[in-house]
Amino acid sequence: MFIEVKNLTKEFQKNLAVDNINFSIGKGKTVGLLGPNGCGKTTSIGMMLGLIKPSSGEILINNKNLDSLKRDDILSRINFASPYIELPKKLTVRQNLEVYGRLYGVKKLKERIDEISEDLNIKNFYNRKTGELSSGQKNRVSLAKSLINKPEILFLDEPTASLDPDIGDFIRSYIQQYKTKHQVTILLASHNMNEVERLCDSIIMMKNGKIIDRGTCEEIIKKHGRDNLEDTFLKLARSKDEFQ
Amino acid sequence: MNFNKIYALALRHLYLISNSLPRIIDLIYWPTVQIFLWGFISKFFTLNSDYYSNTVGIILTAAILYDFLFRVSISFNMMFLEEIWSRNFTNLFIAPIKINEIITSLTFTAVLRALIGLVPAAVLAIPLFGVSVFKLGLPLLFLLLGLYLFGITLGLLVTSGLLRFGPSFENIAWASLFFLAPLGCIYYPIEVLPNSLQIIAKALPLVHIFEEMRNILLNNTVNYFDIIKSISISIIYFILGVIVFYVSFFGAKVRGTLINMGE
Repeated sequence: MFIEVKNLTKEFQKNLAVDNINFSIGKGKTVGLLGPNGCGKTTSIGMMLGLIKPSSGEILINNKNLDSLKRDDILSRINFASPYIELPKKLTVRQNLEVYGRLYGVKKLKERIDEISEDLNIKNFYNRKTGELSSGQKNRVSLAKSLINKPEILFLDEPTASLDPDIGDFIRSYIQQYKTKHQVTILLASHNMNEVERLCDSIIMMKNGKIIDRGTCEEIIKKHGRDNLEDTFLKLARSKDEFQ
Repeated sequence: MNFNKIYALALRHLYLISNSLPRIIDLIYWPTVQIFLWGFISKFFTLNSDYYSNTVGIILTAAILYDFLFRVSISFNMMFLEEIWSRNFTNLFIAPIKINEIITSLTFTAVLRALIGLVPAAVLAIPLFGVSVFKLGLPLLFLLLGLYLFGITLGLLVTSGLLRFGPSFENIAWASLFFLAPLGCIYYPIEVLPNSLQIIAKALPLVHIFEEMRNILLNNTVNYFDIIKSISISIIYFILGVIVFYVSFFGAKVRGTLINMGE
Protein backbone atom coordinates (compact mmCIF):
# COMPACT_ATOMS: atom_id res chain seq x y z
CA MET A 1 0.00 0.00 0.00
CA PHE A 2 1.17 3.52 -0.61
CA ILE A 3 0.02 6.92 0.60
CA GLU A 4 -0.32 10.16 -1.27
CA VAL A 5 -1.17 13.40 0.49
CA LYS A 6 -2.45 16.26 -1.70
CA ASN A 7 -2.88 19.88 -0.57
CA LEU A 8 -3.69 18.75 2.94
CA THR A 9 -4.72 21.56 5.26
CA LYS A 10 -6.11 21.67 8.77
CA GLU A 11 -7.28 24.81 10.46
CA PHE A 12 -8.35 24.86 14.12
CA GLN A 13 -10.30 28.03 14.88
CA LYS A 14 -8.24 30.19 12.53
CA ASN A 15 -5.01 28.49 13.65
CA LEU A 16 -3.41 26.84 10.65
CA ALA A 17 -2.00 23.59 12.07
CA VAL A 18 -1.22 22.00 8.70
CA ASP A 19 -0.80 24.27 5.68
CA ASN A 20 -1.26 22.76 2.24
CA ILE A 21 1.21 19.87 2.46
CA ASN A 22 1.94 17.41 -0.32
CA PHE A 23 3.95 14.21 -0.14
CA SER A 24 3.79 10.53 -0.96
CA ILE A 25 5.22 7.38 0.57
CA GLY A 26 5.89 4.46 -1.72
CA LYS A 27 5.04 0.89 -0.85
CA GLY A 28 7.54 -0.55 1.61
CA LYS A 29 9.27 2.79 2.13
CA THR A 30 9.91 4.54 5.43
CA VAL A 31 9.56 8.28 5.55
CA GLY A 32 10.58 10.35 8.56
CA LEU A 33 8.40 13.28 9.56
CA LEU A 34 10.58 15.78 11.39
CA GLY A 35 10.01 19.18 12.84
CA PRO A 36 9.88 21.12 16.09
CA ASN A 37 7.08 20.57 18.60
CA GLY A 38 3.76 21.95 17.38
CA CYS A 39 4.79 21.97 13.72
CA GLY A 40 1.83 19.81 12.65
CA LYS A 41 3.27 16.28 12.67
CA THR A 42 0.69 14.76 15.01
CA THR A 43 -2.17 16.58 13.26
CA SER A 44 -0.95 15.21 9.92
CA ILE A 45 -0.78 11.67 11.31
CA GLY A 46 -4.21 12.16 12.92
CA MET A 47 -5.68 13.05 9.53
CA MET A 48 -4.07 10.03 7.89
CA LEU A 49 -5.49 7.81 10.66
CA GLY A 50 -8.96 9.24 10.06
CA LEU A 51 -9.09 10.75 13.56
CA ILE A 52 -9.06 14.36 12.33
CA LYS A 53 -11.11 15.68 9.45
CA PRO A 54 -8.98 17.78 7.10
CA SER A 55 -10.17 21.31 6.33
CA SER A 56 -9.20 20.71 2.72
CA GLY A 57 -7.06 18.46 0.58
CA GLU A 58 -7.09 14.72 0.27
CA ILE A 59 -5.35 11.59 1.45
CA LEU A 60 -5.08 8.79 -1.07
CA ILE A 61 -4.30 5.22 -0.13
CA ASN A 62 -3.54 3.05 -3.16
CA ASN A 63 -5.00 5.87 -5.28
CA LYS A 64 -8.32 5.82 -3.41
CA ASN A 65 -9.51 8.74 -1.33
CA LEU A 66 -9.49 7.90 2.38
CA ASP A 67 -13.01 9.32 2.75
CA SER A 68 -14.36 6.99 0.08
CA LEU A 69 -12.91 3.88 1.72
CA LYS A 70 -14.88 1.91 4.29
CA ARG A 71 -13.63 2.97 7.71
CA ASP A 72 -13.22 -0.51 9.21
CA ASP A 73 -11.81 -1.92 5.98
CA ILE A 74 -8.96 0.60 5.78
CA LEU A 75 -8.32 0.70 9.54
CA SER A 76 -7.84 -3.07 9.61
CA ARG A 77 -4.86 -2.60 7.26
CA ILE A 78 -3.07 0.18 9.12
CA ASN A 79 -1.92 0.71 12.70
CA PHE A 80 -0.28 3.23 14.99
CA ALA A 81 2.06 3.21 17.97
CA SER A 82 2.99 6.10 20.21
CA PRO A 83 4.32 6.31 23.77
CA TYR A 84 1.80 9.11 24.33
CA ILE A 85 -1.19 6.83 24.04
CA GLU A 86 -1.48 3.77 26.21
CA LEU A 87 -3.19 0.45 26.39
CA PRO A 88 -5.64 -0.21 29.25
CA LYS A 89 -3.42 -0.26 32.33
CA LYS A 90 -5.48 -2.71 34.37
CA LEU A 91 -5.45 -5.40 31.70
CA THR A 92 -2.57 -7.83 31.41
CA VAL A 93 -0.34 -7.73 28.35
CA ARG A 94 -1.94 -10.92 27.03
CA GLN A 95 -5.46 -9.58 27.59
CA ASN A 96 -4.66 -6.34 25.78
CA LEU A 97 -3.19 -8.17 22.80
CA GLU A 98 -6.19 -10.50 22.74
CA VAL A 99 -8.68 -7.61 22.82
CA TYR A 100 -6.89 -5.71 20.05
CA GLY A 101 -6.30 -8.87 18.03
CA ARG A 102 -10.05 -9.51 18.10
CA LEU A 103 -10.84 -5.87 17.26
CA TYR A 104 -8.54 -6.14 14.23
CA GLY A 105 -10.12 -9.46 13.26
CA VAL A 106 -6.77 -11.29 13.38
CA LYS A 107 -6.99 -14.90 12.23
CA LYS A 108 -5.25 -17.55 14.35
CA LEU A 109 -4.93 -14.99 17.10
CA LYS A 110 -3.24 -17.16 19.68
CA GLU A 111 -0.45 -18.06 17.25
CA ARG A 112 -0.08 -14.40 16.22
CA ILE A 113 0.14 -13.24 19.84
CA ASP A 114 2.73 -15.94 20.58
CA GLU A 115 4.73 -14.98 17.49
CA ILE A 116 4.76 -11.23 18.15
CA SER A 117 5.44 -11.76 21.87
CA GLU A 118 8.38 -13.98 21.07
CA ASP A 119 9.76 -11.49 18.53
CA LEU A 120 9.48 -8.51 20.86
CA ASN A 121 10.62 -10.44 23.91
CA ILE A 122 7.53 -9.72 25.99
CA LYS A 123 6.62 -13.25 27.04
CA ASN A 124 8.29 -12.94 30.44
CA PHE A 125 5.81 -10.25 31.50
CA TYR A 126 2.89 -11.59 29.53
CA ASN A 127 0.59 -11.94 32.53
CA ARG A 128 1.48 -8.68 34.24
CA LYS A 129 -0.83 -5.69 34.15
CA THR A 130 0.25 -3.20 31.48
CA GLY A 131 0.21 -0.32 33.95
CA GLU A 132 2.83 -2.06 36.10
CA LEU A 133 5.42 -2.26 33.32
CA SER A 134 8.52 -0.11 32.80
CA SER A 135 8.60 2.41 29.92
CA GLY A 136 10.67 0.06 27.79
CA GLN A 137 8.30 -2.84 28.39
CA LYS A 138 5.25 -0.64 27.67
CA ASN A 139 6.79 0.56 24.41
CA ARG A 140 7.37 -3.01 23.27
CA VAL A 141 3.77 -3.94 24.14
CA SER A 142 2.53 -0.87 22.29
CA LEU A 143 4.60 -1.88 19.27
CA ALA A 144 3.24 -5.44 19.54
CA LYS A 145 -0.30 -4.04 19.49
CA SER A 146 0.54 -1.95 16.44
CA LEU A 147 1.85 -5.01 14.58
CA ILE A 148 -0.81 -7.48 15.71
CA ASN A 149 -2.75 -7.11 12.44
CA LYS A 150 0.38 -7.20 10.23
CA PRO A 151 -0.36 -3.67 9.00
CA GLU A 152 0.47 -2.62 5.48
CA ILE A 153 0.89 0.97 6.66
CA LEU A 154 2.36 1.75 10.05
CA PHE A 155 2.41 5.15 11.74
CA LEU A 156 5.00 5.50 14.47
CA ASP A 157 5.15 8.56 16.70
CA GLU A 158 8.46 8.68 18.58
CA PRO A 159 8.59 4.91 19.12
CA THR A 160 11.74 5.08 21.25
CA ALA A 161 11.05 8.25 23.26
CA SER A 162 12.28 8.03 26.87
CA LEU A 163 13.90 4.63 26.40
CA ASP A 164 17.38 3.68 27.48
CA PRO A 165 19.88 3.17 24.60
CA ASP A 166 19.75 -0.61 24.86
CA ILE A 167 15.97 -0.92 24.56
CA GLY A 168 15.87 1.91 22.02
CA ASP A 169 18.37 0.02 19.89
CA PHE A 170 16.38 -3.21 20.28
CA ILE A 171 13.20 -1.50 19.00
CA ARG A 172 14.98 0.22 16.11
CA SER A 173 16.58 -3.08 15.06
CA TYR A 174 13.24 -4.81 15.26
CA ILE A 175 11.47 -2.16 13.14
CA GLN A 176 14.30 -2.35 10.61
CA GLN A 177 14.01 -6.13 10.31
CA TYR A 178 10.23 -6.04 10.26
CA LYS A 179 9.94 -3.48 7.46
CA THR A 180 12.42 -5.38 5.30
CA LYS A 181 10.65 -8.66 5.86
CA HIS A 182 7.05 -7.45 5.47
CA GLN A 183 7.44 -4.54 3.03
CA VAL A 184 5.42 -2.33 5.34
CA THR A 185 5.01 1.36 4.51
CA ILE A 186 6.05 3.46 7.52
CA LEU A 187 5.61 7.09 8.47
CA LEU A 188 7.89 7.80 11.40
CA ALA A 189 7.64 10.98 13.47
CA SER A 190 10.70 11.29 15.63
CA HIS A 191 13.02 13.72 17.38
CA ASN A 192 15.80 11.14 17.47
CA MET A 193 17.99 11.94 14.48
CA ASN A 194 20.06 8.76 14.73
CA GLU A 195 16.86 6.78 14.59
CA VAL A 196 15.68 8.70 11.54
CA GLU A 197 18.99 8.23 9.74
CA ARG A 198 18.96 4.54 10.50
CA LEU A 199 15.35 3.76 9.60
CA CYS A 200 14.17 6.24 6.99
CA ASP A 201 14.54 6.12 3.23
CA SER A 202 13.73 9.82 3.05
CA ILE A 203 12.60 12.62 5.33
CA ILE A 204 10.14 15.47 5.34
CA MET A 205 10.89 18.55 7.44
CA MET A 206 7.91 20.49 8.77
CA LYS A 207 7.71 23.88 10.42
CA ASN A 208 4.67 25.99 11.26
CA GLY A 209 2.39 23.52 9.51
CA LYS A 210 4.34 23.62 6.23
CA ILE A 211 6.83 21.28 4.61
CA ILE A 212 10.07 23.25 4.44
CA ASP A 213 12.34 20.59 3.00
CA ARG A 214 12.47 16.99 1.91
CA GLY A 215 14.83 14.40 0.51
CA THR A 216 17.14 11.66 1.72
CA CYS A 217 19.10 12.34 4.90
CA GLU A 218 22.35 12.65 2.91
CA GLU A 219 20.80 15.08 0.44
CA ILE A 220 19.41 17.34 3.14
CA ILE A 221 22.60 17.33 5.23
CA LYS A 222 24.66 18.15 2.13
CA LYS A 223 22.23 20.81 0.90
CA HIS A 224 22.47 22.74 4.17
CA GLY A 225 26.21 22.24 4.56
CA ARG A 226 26.11 20.47 7.91
CA ASP A 227 27.85 17.37 9.23
CA ASN A 228 24.86 15.49 10.53
CA LEU A 229 21.07 15.48 10.61
CA GLU A 230 20.84 16.91 14.11
CA ASP A 231 22.73 20.07 13.12
CA THR A 232 20.65 20.31 9.96
CA PHE A 233 17.47 20.00 12.02
CA LEU A 234 18.62 22.79 14.33
CA LYS A 235 19.46 25.04 11.40
CA LEU A 236 16.07 24.49 9.77
CA ALA A 237 14.10 24.72 13.01
CA ARG A 238 15.77 27.99 14.04
CA SER A 239 15.78 29.59 10.63
CA LYS A 240 13.13 32.10 9.62
CA ASP A 241 13.45 31.14 5.96
CA GLU A 242 11.62 28.44 4.15
CA PHE A 243 14.05 26.32 2.21
CA GLN A 244 11.93 24.34 -0.15
CA MET B 1 -22.25 -5.35 12.51
CA ASN B 2 -19.39 -7.63 13.44
CA PHE B 3 -20.20 -9.51 16.64
CA ASN B 4 -16.57 -10.54 17.17
CA LYS B 5 -15.62 -6.85 17.50
CA ILE B 6 -18.57 -6.15 19.76
CA TYR B 7 -17.45 -9.08 21.89
CA ALA B 8 -13.82 -7.87 21.84
CA LEU B 9 -14.76 -4.49 23.28
CA ALA B 10 -17.05 -6.11 25.84
CA LEU B 11 -14.20 -8.46 26.74
CA ARG B 12 -11.97 -5.43 27.47
CA HIS B 13 -14.46 -4.28 30.11
CA LEU B 14 -15.16 -7.75 31.46
CA TYR B 15 -11.42 -8.34 31.93
CA LEU B 16 -11.25 -5.00 33.75
CA ILE B 17 -13.92 -6.16 36.20
CA SER B 18 -12.66 -9.72 36.62
CA ASN B 19 -9.06 -8.55 37.20
CA SER B 20 -9.99 -6.49 40.23
CA LEU B 21 -11.79 -7.62 43.37
CA PRO B 22 -12.28 -3.99 44.55
CA ARG B 23 -14.12 -3.26 41.29
CA ILE B 24 -16.46 -6.21 41.81
CA ILE B 25 -17.08 -5.12 45.40
CA ASP B 26 -17.68 -1.55 44.20
CA LEU B 27 -20.28 -2.77 41.71
CA ILE B 28 -22.18 -4.66 44.42
CA TYR B 29 -21.60 -2.29 47.36
CA TRP B 30 -23.61 0.77 46.24
CA PRO B 31 -26.80 -1.03 45.16
CA THR B 32 -26.72 -3.00 48.42
CA VAL B 33 -26.34 0.18 50.50
CA GLN B 34 -29.25 1.69 48.56
CA ILE B 35 -31.41 -1.36 49.29
CA PHE B 36 -30.59 -1.15 53.00
CA LEU B 37 -31.29 2.58 53.15
CA TRP B 38 -34.55 2.48 51.24
CA GLY B 39 -35.50 -0.78 52.90
CA PHE B 40 -35.49 0.89 56.32
CA ILE B 41 -37.23 4.02 55.01
CA SER B 42 -39.81 1.83 53.31
CA LYS B 43 -40.34 -0.15 56.50
CA PHE B 44 -40.86 3.08 58.47
CA PHE B 45 -43.34 4.44 55.88
CA THR B 46 -45.39 1.24 55.72
CA LEU B 47 -45.81 1.41 59.48
CA ASN B 48 -46.73 5.11 59.54
CA SER B 49 -48.45 6.00 56.25
CA ASP B 50 -51.98 5.12 55.18
CA TYR B 51 -51.04 5.48 51.52
CA TYR B 52 -48.39 2.80 51.69
CA SER B 53 -49.88 0.63 54.40
CA ASN B 54 -51.50 -1.85 52.03
CA THR B 55 -48.46 -2.31 49.83
CA VAL B 56 -45.31 -3.24 51.61
CA GLY B 57 -42.14 -2.19 49.86
CA ILE B 58 -43.46 0.17 47.19
CA ILE B 59 -40.61 2.59 47.87
CA LEU B 60 -38.06 -0.19 47.96
CA THR B 61 -39.28 -1.50 44.60
CA ALA B 62 -39.02 2.02 43.20
CA ALA B 63 -35.50 2.29 44.64
CA ILE B 64 -34.46 -0.98 42.99
CA LEU B 65 -35.84 0.08 39.60
CA TYR B 66 -34.29 3.53 39.87
CA ASP B 67 -30.98 1.98 40.84
CA PHE B 68 -31.16 -0.18 37.71
CA LEU B 69 -31.56 2.96 35.60
CA PHE B 70 -28.74 4.66 37.50
CA ARG B 71 -26.37 1.68 37.19
CA VAL B 72 -27.01 1.22 33.45
CA SER B 73 -26.38 4.89 32.73
CA ILE B 74 -23.34 5.20 34.99
CA SER B 75 -21.89 1.94 33.63
CA PHE B 76 -22.15 3.26 30.09
CA ASN B 77 -20.43 6.50 31.12
CA MET B 78 -17.82 4.69 33.21
CA MET B 79 -16.75 2.43 30.36
CA PHE B 80 -16.27 5.44 28.12
CA LEU B 81 -14.41 7.32 30.85
CA GLU B 82 -12.17 4.28 31.40
CA GLU B 83 -10.86 4.77 27.85
CA ILE B 84 -10.08 8.41 28.62
CA TRP B 85 -8.51 7.69 32.02
CA SER B 86 -6.34 4.91 30.59
CA ARG B 87 -5.34 7.09 27.60
CA ASN B 88 -6.59 4.33 25.33
CA PHE B 89 -8.94 6.58 23.42
CA THR B 90 -6.82 6.90 20.28
CA ASN B 91 -6.11 3.16 20.14
CA LEU B 92 -9.83 2.46 20.30
CA PHE B 93 -10.83 4.94 17.62
CA ILE B 94 -8.14 3.83 15.15
CA ALA B 95 -9.21 0.21 15.54
CA PRO B 96 -11.46 -1.06 12.75
CA ILE B 97 -14.61 -0.95 14.84
CA LYS B 98 -17.68 0.98 13.69
CA ILE B 99 -19.38 3.53 15.90
CA ASN B 100 -22.56 1.43 16.02
CA GLU B 101 -20.46 -1.54 17.17
CA ILE B 102 -18.96 0.57 19.96
CA ILE B 103 -22.43 1.72 21.05
CA THR B 104 -23.78 -1.84 20.89
CA SER B 105 -20.89 -3.22 22.90
CA LEU B 106 -21.14 -0.55 25.60
CA THR B 107 -24.93 -1.02 25.70
CA PHE B 108 -24.70 -4.74 26.38
CA THR B 109 -21.80 -4.47 28.79
CA ALA B 110 -23.59 -1.71 30.71
CA VAL B 111 -26.52 -3.98 31.48
CA LEU B 112 -24.16 -6.75 32.58
CA ARG B 113 -22.38 -4.35 34.96
CA ALA B 114 -25.72 -3.11 36.29
CA LEU B 115 -27.01 -6.63 36.88
CA ILE B 116 -23.81 -7.74 38.65
CA GLY B 117 -24.57 -5.07 41.25
CA LEU B 118 -28.32 -5.13 41.33
CA VAL B 119 -29.28 -8.81 41.28
CA PRO B 120 -27.58 -9.63 44.62
CA ALA B 121 -29.12 -6.50 46.16
CA ALA B 122 -32.61 -7.31 44.85
CA VAL B 123 -32.33 -10.91 46.10
CA LEU B 124 -31.08 -9.64 49.48
CA ALA B 125 -34.21 -7.49 49.84
CA ILE B 126 -36.43 -10.60 49.88
CA PRO B 127 -35.33 -12.11 53.23
CA LEU B 128 -34.31 -8.77 54.80
CA PHE B 129 -37.41 -6.70 54.09
CA GLY B 130 -39.89 -9.20 52.68
CA VAL B 131 -39.92 -7.24 49.40
CA SER B 132 -39.46 -8.89 46.05
CA VAL B 133 -39.22 -6.82 42.91
CA PHE B 134 -40.06 -10.00 41.06
CA LYS B 135 -43.65 -9.70 42.37
CA LEU B 136 -44.21 -7.27 39.51
CA GLY B 137 -44.26 -10.36 37.30
CA LEU B 138 -43.88 -10.20 33.54
CA PRO B 139 -44.43 -6.41 33.37
CA LEU B 140 -41.15 -6.07 35.30
CA LEU B 141 -39.29 -7.03 32.13
CA PHE B 142 -41.02 -4.29 30.16
CA LEU B 143 -40.45 -1.70 32.88
CA LEU B 144 -36.78 -2.68 32.97
CA LEU B 145 -36.60 -2.44 29.17
CA GLY B 146 -37.91 1.14 29.28
CA LEU B 147 -35.46 2.05 32.05
CA TYR B 148 -32.62 0.32 30.20
CA LEU B 149 -33.24 2.26 27.00
CA PHE B 150 -33.51 5.54 28.86
CA GLY B 151 -30.41 4.79 30.95
CA ILE B 152 -28.41 4.08 27.78
CA THR B 153 -29.78 7.29 26.25
CA LEU B 154 -28.51 9.31 29.20
CA GLY B 155 -25.17 7.51 28.83
CA LEU B 156 -25.06 8.41 25.14
CA LEU B 157 -25.82 12.06 25.87
CA VAL B 158 -23.13 12.27 28.56
CA THR B 159 -20.52 10.54 26.38
CA SER B 160 -21.47 12.91 23.56
CA GLY B 161 -20.68 15.73 26.00
CA LEU B 162 -17.33 14.08 26.76
CA LEU B 163 -16.56 13.97 23.04
CA ARG B 164 -17.62 17.59 22.63
CA PHE B 165 -16.13 19.16 25.76
CA GLY B 166 -13.45 16.66 26.79
CA PRO B 167 -12.82 15.08 30.21
CA SER B 168 -13.97 18.24 31.99
CA PHE B 169 -17.51 17.11 31.20
CA GLU B 170 -16.95 14.20 33.59
CA ASN B 171 -18.75 15.86 36.51
CA ILE B 172 -21.90 16.14 34.42
CA ALA B 173 -21.69 12.37 33.98
CA TRP B 174 -22.25 11.91 37.69
CA ALA B 175 -24.85 14.65 38.01
CA SER B 176 -27.00 13.81 34.98
CA LEU B 177 -29.33 11.39 36.70
CA PHE B 178 -29.76 13.41 39.86
CA PHE B 179 -30.91 16.28 37.66
CA LEU B 180 -33.73 14.20 36.17
CA ALA B 181 -34.70 12.30 39.31
CA PRO B 182 -37.09 14.94 40.72
CA LEU B 183 -39.00 14.99 37.43
CA GLY B 184 -39.04 11.22 37.17
CA CYS B 185 -41.61 10.89 39.99
CA ILE B 186 -39.76 7.85 41.25
CA TYR B 187 -40.96 7.88 44.85
CA TYR B 188 -44.13 9.98 44.54
CA PRO B 189 -47.11 10.33 42.17
CA ILE B 190 -46.96 12.94 39.42
CA GLU B 191 -49.69 14.98 41.10
CA VAL B 192 -47.12 16.08 43.66
CA LEU B 193 -45.37 18.17 41.00
CA PRO B 194 -46.58 21.68 40.08
CA ASN B 195 -48.69 21.73 36.90
CA SER B 196 -45.94 23.28 34.78
CA LEU B 197 -43.45 20.58 35.78
CA GLN B 198 -46.02 17.84 35.21
CA ILE B 199 -46.04 18.73 31.51
CA ILE B 200 -42.26 18.33 31.32
CA ALA B 201 -42.32 15.18 33.45
CA LYS B 202 -44.86 13.51 31.15
CA ALA B 203 -42.42 13.90 28.28
CA LEU B 204 -40.01 11.62 30.18
CA PRO B 205 -40.48 7.85 30.20
CA LEU B 206 -39.64 7.68 33.91
CA VAL B 207 -42.99 9.05 35.06
CA HIS B 208 -44.91 6.47 33.05
CA ILE B 209 -42.67 3.63 34.25
CA PHE B 210 -42.90 4.50 37.95
CA GLU B 211 -46.61 5.38 37.77
CA GLU B 212 -47.22 1.96 36.25
CA MET B 213 -45.08 0.28 38.88
CA ARG B 214 -47.22 1.89 41.60
CA ASN B 215 -50.38 0.96 39.70
CA ILE B 216 -49.34 -2.70 39.60
CA LEU B 217 -48.38 -2.80 43.28
CA LEU B 218 -51.30 -0.75 44.59
CA ASN B 219 -54.15 -1.85 42.33
CA ASN B 220 -52.88 -5.23 41.21
CA THR B 221 -53.71 -4.41 37.58
CA VAL B 222 -51.46 -3.93 34.59
CA ASN B 223 -51.99 -1.12 32.10
CA TYR B 224 -50.09 -2.33 29.06
CA PHE B 225 -50.95 0.82 27.15
CA ASP B 226 -48.92 2.88 29.63
CA ILE B 227 -46.07 0.38 29.47
CA ILE B 228 -45.99 0.58 25.67
CA LYS B 229 -46.14 4.37 25.92
CA SER B 230 -43.14 4.45 28.28
CA ILE B 231 -41.11 2.13 26.03
CA SER B 232 -42.04 4.17 22.95
CA ILE B 233 -40.89 7.40 24.60
CA SER B 234 -37.68 5.66 25.64
CA ILE B 235 -37.09 4.50 22.06
CA ILE B 236 -37.56 8.06 20.74
CA TYR B 237 -35.02 9.36 23.28
CA PHE B 238 -32.67 6.49 22.44
CA ILE B 239 -32.74 7.34 18.71
CA LEU B 240 -32.14 10.97 19.61
CA GLY B 241 -29.21 9.93 21.84
CA VAL B 242 -27.63 7.90 19.01
CA ILE B 243 -27.97 10.87 16.63
CA VAL B 244 -26.39 13.24 19.17
CA PHE B 245 -23.53 10.76 19.69
CA TYR B 246 -22.81 10.56 15.95
CA VAL B 247 -22.94 14.36 15.62
CA SER B 248 -20.52 14.71 18.56
CA PHE B 249 -18.20 12.07 17.13
CA PHE B 250 -17.97 13.81 13.76
CA GLY B 251 -17.65 17.16 15.55
CA ALA B 252 -14.72 15.73 17.55
CA LYS B 253 -13.07 14.71 14.27
CA VAL B 254 -13.37 18.27 13.01
CA ARG B 255 -11.99 19.72 16.26
CA GLY B 256 -9.27 17.07 16.47
CA THR B 257 -10.08 16.10 20.04
CA LEU B 258 -10.05 12.34 19.37
CA ILE B 259 -6.26 12.22 19.07
CA ASN B 260 -5.39 13.84 22.38
CA MET B 261 -8.29 12.91 24.58
CA GLY B 262 -6.97 11.95 27.97
CA GLU B 263 -6.45 13.18 31.48
